[in-house]
Order: sequence, then structure tokens, then C-alpha cells
Amino acid sequence: MAQAVGTAHLETSTGLDNRKLLMWLFLGSECLFFGSLIAAYLLYRDRSVTGPYPGDLFDIPFTSVSAFVLLMSSVSMVLALAAIQRGNVRGMQIWLFTTATLGLLFLSGQAFEFTEFNHEGLSLSTNLFGTTFFVLTGFHGAHVTIGVLILLSLFTVSLQGRIQQKDSLNIELAGLYWHFVDIVWIVIFTLVYLIQP
Amino acid sequence: MATEWPQTRKSGLADALRGAREMADQHYGIWSWIATVDHKRIGIMYGVTAFIFFLTGGIEALLLRTQLIVPHAGILDADQYNRILTMHGTTMVFLVIMPLSATFFNLMIPLMIGARDVAFPRLNAFSYWVFLAGGIFLNVSFFTKNVFSGELGAPDCGWTCYSTLSSKAFSPGHGVDFWALGVQILGIASLASGFNFIVTILNMRAPGMTLFRMPLFVWMTLVTSFLLIFAMPVIAVALFELIFDRLFNANFFNPDKGGNPLLWQHMFWLFGHPEVYILILPAMGIVSEILPTFSRKPLFGYPFVVFSGIAIGFMSWGVWVHHMYTTGLGTVANSAFGISTILIGVPTGVKVLNWMATLWGGSLNLKAPMMFAVGFVAMFTIGGLSGVTHSVVPSDYQQQDTYYVVAHFHYVLFGGAIFALFAGFYYWVPKFTGKLLDDRLGQIHFWLMLIGFNLTFFPMHISGLLGMPRRISTYSEGQGWDFWNLLSTIGAFTIATSILVFIINFIYSLRRGEAAGHDPWDGRTLEWTIPSPPPHYNFEKIPVVHARDPFWHEKYTEDAEGRPIPVVAGAANGHEGEAHEDPGGHGIHMPSPSYFPLIAALGFPIMATGLIYDYALVAVGAAVLFVGIYGWALEPATEGEEA
Repeated sequence: MAQAVGTAHLETSTGLDNRKLLMWLFLGSECLFFGSLIAAYLLYRDRSVTGPYPGDLFDIPFTSVSAFVLLMSSVSMVLALAAIQRGNVRGMQIWLFTTATLGLLFLSGQAFEFTEFNHEGLSLSTNLFGTTFFVLTGFHGAHVTIGVLILLSLFTVSLQGRIQQKDSLNIELAGLYWHFVDIVWIVIFTLVYLIQP
Repeated sequence: MATEWPQTRKSGLADALRGAREMADQHYGIWSWIATVDHKRIGIMYGVTAFIFFLTGGIEALLLRTQLIVPHAGILDADQYNRILTMHGTTMVFLVIMPLSATFFNLMIPLMIGARDVAFPRLNAFSYWVFLAGGIFLNVSFFTKNVFSGELGAPDCGWTCYSTLSSKAFSPGHGVDFWALGVQILGIASLASGFNFIVTILNMRAPGMTLFRMPLFVWMTLVTSFLLIFAMPVIAVALFELIFDRLFNANFFNPDKGGNPLLWQHMFWLFGHPEVYILILPAMGIVSEILPTFSRKPLFGYPFVVFSGIAIGFMSWGVWVHHMYTTGLGTVANSAFGISTILIGVPTGVKVLNWMATLWGGSLNLKAPMMFAVGFVAMFTIGGLSGVTHSVVPSDYQQQDTYYVVAHFHYVLFGGAIFALFAGFYYWVPKFTGKLLDDRLGQIHFWLMLIGFNLTFFPMHISGLLGMPRRISTYSEGQGWDFWNLLSTIGAFTIATSILVFIINFIYSLRRGEAAGHDPWDGRTLEWTIPSPPPHYNFEKIPVVHARDPFWHEKYTEDAEGRPIPVVAGAANGHEGEAHEDPGGHGIHMPSPSYFPLIAALGFPIMATGLIYDYALVAVGAAVLFVGIYGWALEPATEGEEA
């Protein structure tokens, strides 16, 4: 094949690390997951035949604070990655722990909110609002929980000195996941809490 | 192989498994299969498991057909019929065609792109074990009631499990719970394998194997994998909603609280229509490999076939409402989806024409794989054409829920997918067994199956147009359906006979079969350059690819009229490559075997059982999953990879 001389050097890979490509694909898949949940929520908005309704329960200032906490955790996540990419293991540990703590703070806020709503008469089976709200935000909370577990696992492993500058991809992947979960919350917070009909 | 454990290892579990692990490292005994991460072994396990499920689903089909042989046959009562019908559909879609496609992804993709394994070998093993767990979990549902007194516990909502048939009120018992959780588990397996094969195909190709030199089967696997990773989350959400409704009294599909049962249909078919192409695109890929090989011509219009596959992938997201014309969405929605459905017939038609043009003027070698591939083109075309009649809304109003629809989708899924999968079996499995299947028995298998298939499903067009509804457990005389049903049942048993011939052929070939050699079909692609069965590291030297159909171009050049002329003997053996490995595979580092994918996979059925019977088990299942995942993440893999 005369025309094919030298073609051995043509691109046969994306150049992305396998694991990073996997993470991006996973996040793409997750978009459809949360997209379907959010679609169900929006479809059933205003269709509840009995109360309580969103307007009766939502405490926007409180949820704004917990949303702010989660947003800030993305900042500390970035700082953790920046630290390990410069070889600063100590800095990474501090910021990983901070991120996990902020994540836990957000989760406690959600637990408090769920309990409050429950006291005020909203359960999974009360009405369509209860069903769609708890399932949507619950799945988001489950994602944050998994994120916190990943962060704490990385933190623990790093205490044994097993995460060095060359392993920064581990932190980067955790960061990609964490930022994604954060972005999903921004969408949920906007569509569910802020834009009420 | 890396057989040493690093000093940092502390897990007692791993110590206990060390002996078994040595066995696994040496590639012998049962443990070497349980812990394997070798794509070829995983492929073989997928194939064997899916074939057993194929026999299960086939026996279910025979029971249904026996019940329908004459009016009021009295073999099954209505309840048993519903449950067996549901399991037949669910089994054939999720436990047969999807995993048989995955069998060929696993067996062939690394070989066809010139790689030593997939990108994530342990994730690949995890996919298999999760699939096995989900399949067993689904089928266990039969035994949740007293089977021996004729009470079946299986789901009774049909494979589409429409709301509100699936609600607690209309389906008490645990059948639907098993269905929803079982399909959910199978979805995890599909997602994992979807991610794995996209990364493998995009990142692991041999030098020179550019995207447009990839074999068609690799292309179709890539498109299918993208469909999987985007369609599976949609059905996952629908299934979660159903599970929440049934187990925790949520209201997604509860009309009393304002819930809309149509939401289920939308979500099911938004997944379900891409799913249709998930089932058929791999089959199209297989046929696109076999037709050129046995015509001794390159695939006609390669870029057209590739791009129509991609176009089908995109368009499959915009046609779901053609399953729902009669639900009253209005003329605008119906017209729009009618048009998109007619349009998706175009790229499909392009493929059919390209396949026929590939055959045209070729020197055809009508061996069993070729017969099945040609059978696929013919049967799939009939199914495709009856599909076009469904796209026309008024026509579909007449056909909705009749046997005409059953005829249509069996022509595409059996006449299409299953014929192509058998073609792939006769074509590729000798690469892994090292033994050719007997061609005479293969021909008998083909003709029996072709005749049986048409005898079963062609009459369904007629009984359907005569008004016979789907999913009914019996019917009365005098409606003109008796004769057609009798034919269908005779046909079903003819198909069963052909499968028997196939099993005999396969067992015979393993014992007495002719040795396959490395290139039994004068093949075109990289898998035929290596021995049959391939060594565990596949390629001693990673091949360098200079053209589409690389192996063909090593063997043949062309004369002035474009006819193939063999290259001078000896020259064909000159595989170029990076010559830094030792001969015999020494020094090739392959991923270490691992038990953790199996352990992690076990967590899912335990959790699912717990959700149905006792929440304490959910915690146990979660713990097992955690052990699996943490062991996996902390254990050293020979190659760079991660959970």
C-alpha cells in the first residue's frame, strides 16, 4: 500500500487517559439520569391534588446557605487538586478534608430539611410533590454521599503516603465527579427552589 | 504475570484466596475462570450463559405456542400464560440478544483493533458477573410461589411492564418487584460494558488503525455502546420510579394522586427505541464482516454503512412515540413521529442496499456463516418493511396490539438479530475453540431454522390482520385464526429442532471438528492473523495497520481490473510491529486475575432481595459491594486502571 507509508503514526487514541475518558462518559450518562429525574419533577409540578405544596415548605434562605456550602466545596476541591499537582501532599490533605466536611455539612442540611418537611406533613406518598421532590433530591444526596466517601477514602489513603504528585489523576477524577454533582445541585436549586410557578 | 503481592497488602480475605489465585495465574481450573479478567474467557462465559438463557426463553416460547396450538388448549391458565409471556420477552431481550452481542464485543473487539485486552479488564469481569447475577435474580422469581402446584411467582406485566398493570393493585405479589430490580441490575452490567468498550475502541487501537480503518463490527459496537450509556440511565430512572411506587408507596404512576401512567410509557420507550437499535446494530456489524469475507470483496460503500449506523444511533432517540400512537397524544405528535420513523428507514435501507451491492459480482462462498448472514439480510428486510407499515399512523391504529406487531418484531429480532448472531457464531467461534463447525450440519441448521422461523412468524402477519390480539392466553373457534396458529406452533417446534441440530453440531465439532487454523475463511481483519485459539496475550507483536481490511492487503494485491492476486509466498508473513517483546509472550504484562469484580457484583442481588423481603439484607448487600469495590480499588492491577 504505497499511499499508506508512514501511517503508523496516525492518531489511534484520544490522548486522554483511559480513566479520565471513562469518567467523562460516566458523567455524560449521569446527565441522562438526572435529566430524567428532573423531567419527572417538572412534569408533575402543580399536579399535586393535595398539599402541602412547595410554597408552604421551602425555606429559600436556608437552602441558599446549604447550596453556598456545596459551591464552596468545589473551590476547596480545586485547591486540593492544585496542591497535589504541585506536589504539596499536606495541602491536598487539608483541602480534601475541607471538601468532605463541606459535603457533610450540605448533607446535614438536607437531612434537616427532609425532617422538617416530614414534620410539616410531606412524605414520599403524600402527593406528587413529595414523591418527585424526595426522589430527585434524595438521589442527588446519595451522589453527594458517595462523593464524600470517595474523598474520605482518598484522604485516608493519602495519610499512608500513597498519593504523590504522580497520582494526581486520582484527585482529578474525584474532582470531576464532585464538580458534576455540584453542578447538578445548581440546576436542581434553580429549577426546583428558585423558579416556582 | 504479576504473581507477587506487594508488602502493603493487609487483607485477610486475599490471604485466604492466595492458593486459588495461584491457580488463576496459571490459567487452569475453575478458579482461573472465576477470577479471569481475560476478555476472551469473559466472552466465552457471556456466550455460554446467554445460550442457556436462550434455551430457557425458547422453552417458554414453546409453552406459549403449545397453549395457542388450538382454541382452548388448556395447557396453561391465563395467569401462568401472562407470567411465562413476560419472562419470554424479558429473557430474550435482556438475557439473550444483549449478552450474545456482548459475547462478540468481548471476544472480537480487542482482536479486531489489535489490542491485548479491553481498557478495563476488571470492569469487564464485573459486567459479566452483574449480568449473571441479574439473570439469575430475574428467573428466581418463578420460585417465589409454589411452582409445583402450578403457581408461578414470575412477573405478569409483559416485557414492557406498562403502568398500571405493574402497580400493586393489579399485580400483587413480588413478580413485578423482581422484574424491576432484575432489569435494574442488568442495566448496571450494560452500562459498565458500554463505558468499557467506548474507551477500548477510542483509546486502544493498534498503530495505524484509524477510525475509518476500523472493521464495521467495531464501528457498530461503538455506536451501540454510546446508545447503551445514554439509554440505560433513562430506564434506570423509570425502574426506580416503579420500585418507589411499589415498595415505598410513591405516586409516580398513581392516578389517584394525579400521577400519569403515560409517563412510564414515555420513559420506557425513550429507552426502548434506542434499545431496539442496541439489539440490531451489533447484528448489522457482524453481517458487515461476514458478507465481504465470503464474497471476497471489500464491503461496498464502507463510509455509507458507517455513517448510516451513526445516523441510526442519533435518530433512534426521536422515534419513540411510534410505540404510543394510540395513546392519544394528538395529531401533531403522531405526525411528527410518523415522519421521523419513516426517515429512520432511510439509513437502514442504505445498509441493506450496501450489503446487496457487496454480494453483487463477488465470488460467493456459501458456507454456513454466509448462509446465516444472507438469511439475516432477507429476513431483516421483511421485518423492516412491516416496520414501515407501522410508521403510518392510521395503518398502525389497525395493527396496534395485534399479532401483526408480534410478527414484525420477531422478523427483526429473530430473523434479524438471532440469525446474525448464529452467523457470527459459525464465523468467529472456531477462532476460540480451534475447531470448525461441521458445514453440512450447519446448512441443515440454517434451512430448518429459516423454514421454521417463517412458518412461525409469517402466519402471525395474517392472524394479526385478521384481528387476533397479542398477549391473549387463548381464543375461540370460528374467527379464522385456528389454521394460522396451528402453523405458528408447528413452526416453533421446527425452530426448536434446528437448535437441537446446532447443539449437536457444536458438541461434535469440539470433539471431532476439523482444526480451524489461524485463517479458515481467508479473512480480512486482524483476528485472523493470530493462532486459533489465540494466546492469552492475543498479539505477540502489536500489529501495525496500513489499510482497511489489513490482513487481506497483506495476502493479496490487485491486478489492473481490480481482481485479487495473492502476494508472493512468504511476504504475507511479514507483520510489522514493535519488536521489543520476546517470542512466546514472555515479558508481556497482562492484567492480574481478580476476585473483587465477582464480590462487588454479588452485592446487587443481595441488596435487591433485601428490598423485597428484609431491609437488613440491604445492609449486608451494601457491605459486600463495599468490600468488592475497596478491594478492587486497593489491589494492584498490572496495567494502569482504576475502579
